[in-house]
Amino acid sequence: MHHFAYAPRAWCLVSLGLAAVLALSLAGCAKPADTSTEPVAQQPAEVILASTTSTQDSGLFDVLIPAFEAANSPYRVKVIAVGTGEALKLGETKDADVLLVHAKADEEKLVAAGYGVDRKDVMYNDFIIVGPENDPAGIKGSADTTAAMLAIARAGEAGKATFVSRGDDSGTHKKEIKLWTGSGIETPTPETDDWYESTGQGMGESLKIASEKGAYTLADRATYLSMADTISSAILYEKDKALLNQYGVIVVTDAKNQVGGQALYDWILSPEGQKVIGEFGVEKYGQQLFIPNAQ
Amino acid sequence: MGIYVDALREGWELLSSGTFDIWAIILTSLRVSGAATMIALLIGIPIGLVVGLKRFVGRGVALLVFNSGMGMPPVFVGLIVAMALSRRGPFGDLSLLYSQTAMVIAQVIIASPIVMAITAASVSAVPRALRLQAKSLGAQSWRVALLTLREARMGLIAAVAAGFGSVISEVGAVQMVGGNLEGETRVMTTAIVQYTRMGRYGYALSLALVLMAIVIMVNIVLTTMQTSAQRWEKQ
Repeated sequence: MHHFAYAPRAWCLVSLGLAAVLALSLAGCAKPADTSTEPVAQQPAEVILASTTSTQDSGLFDVLIPAFEAANSPYRVKVIAVGTGEALKLGETKDADVLLVHAKADEEKLVAAGYGVDRKDVMYNDFIIVGPENDPAGIKGSADTTAAMLAIARAGEAGKATFVSRGDDSGTHKKEIKLWTGSGIETPTPETDDWYESTGQGMGESLKIASEKGAYTLADRATYLSMADTISSAILYEKDKALLNQYGVIVVTDAKNQVGGQALYDWILSPEGQKVIGEFGVEKYGQQLFIPNAQ
Repeated sequence: MGIYVDALREGWELLSSGTFDIWAIILTSLRVSGAATMIALLIGIPIGLVVGLKRFVGRGVALLVFNSGMGMPPVFVGLIVAMALSRRGPFGDLSLLYSQTAMVIAQVIIASPIVMAITAASVSAVPRALRLQAKSLGAQSWRVALLTLREARMGLIAAVAAGFGSVISEVGAVQMVGGNLEGETRVMTTAIVQYTRMGRYGYALSLALVLMAIVIMVNIVLTTMQTSAQRWEKQ
């Protein structure tokens, strides 16, 4: 195999190159990120906040986090945006210092199990049912959320409508399941119901998929508004009590930076933090995206 | 290490109890990536052959393009294909976005340059004298091409392995154009991302192990083919 004789030399070169790249990247990692920690603060400056993709996608953190950091030097916040399922898990494994999620029952369970110090209401926004402009299931003007969900299921079974589910154990997905159950029907599944799709992805991605497929979906208002001009779905049902979306904040017990987590918790619940939340989005969308309601 | 042990135990229980329909996901992965690799071979081998053997203006440029194509970030391919297939894109009327077809298209674009570049490299390594001799003995040009491919078969095997290996373990593009829809476009890599995000490490790890096993198996088969071909040649 003489024509492959060059191979060993080539591999040497390739592995040398790879080694160089690796060494460089390791050198980059080795530089500790928090050398800026002043002797004033013995506590680590980095606070890890685990939250949900929908909160991240709404853009709230782009305003909230800088405001917190400005008022609480030297803390720096790292936001990990995942599904509520993983956010809660990050609390259990103490990989996050503080959680901002929206699945009240699970949050209370977490605190009761000893993983969280305390849980407090922070703010709420609401869910909306969006879908194709022509509303094939006719949910516009439904008497209540139950009626709207039933109409979608019936149109789905008749082959006239599709519903896109997050299917990722997120707060929004949990809400959707609650709405199906509340309507007295069994939660549909992609295996048994052709009209029901499960994306397993975040709110932004699921909205895009629903828009492309001309499907209905349950979304939080903030994410929908932030994407409204890039998708073709319209708000078809809204403003029902059953659609409220309450957010809570939890400090993780014995977290790596529990003090920092507590600082963020206290600030978000303070009049200052609540004001930032209340003003967010008003300028851009002409309406509040989140309504602060800390007690 | 407890976290791995727990995840492994959970993963094993899921696999053995059959509550987690892992096979649907694995089959989708194999079907999509298998089809994409086949198409990439049909496109890549002839082009690689021509570029590897013929001397023409712009050959250097073509080789450069293929070689850069090998390092093309899959997310870039995913973005371009997603834009092309979206309702407002040039091919929006086909409603192909978030389908297996869209995933195959993206993976063909990812795998073809790999196949082309490896084919071109391996056929150009076949001694020129061999082709000249065949020609002088009166062989038609398609026969010469087949002969060259036969001589370069080790390289072609490598092309299959590299192409398939790159698409089956790719996540960015299939996530963007497939949408990870359960029972339709959910493949191993996108499911691993999803389960990790949901905090279900057991599901994620069991899928990751199956993916590893598939990639290793493909390489075992191909390496065996290579070494047995080598042995045969030495005799």
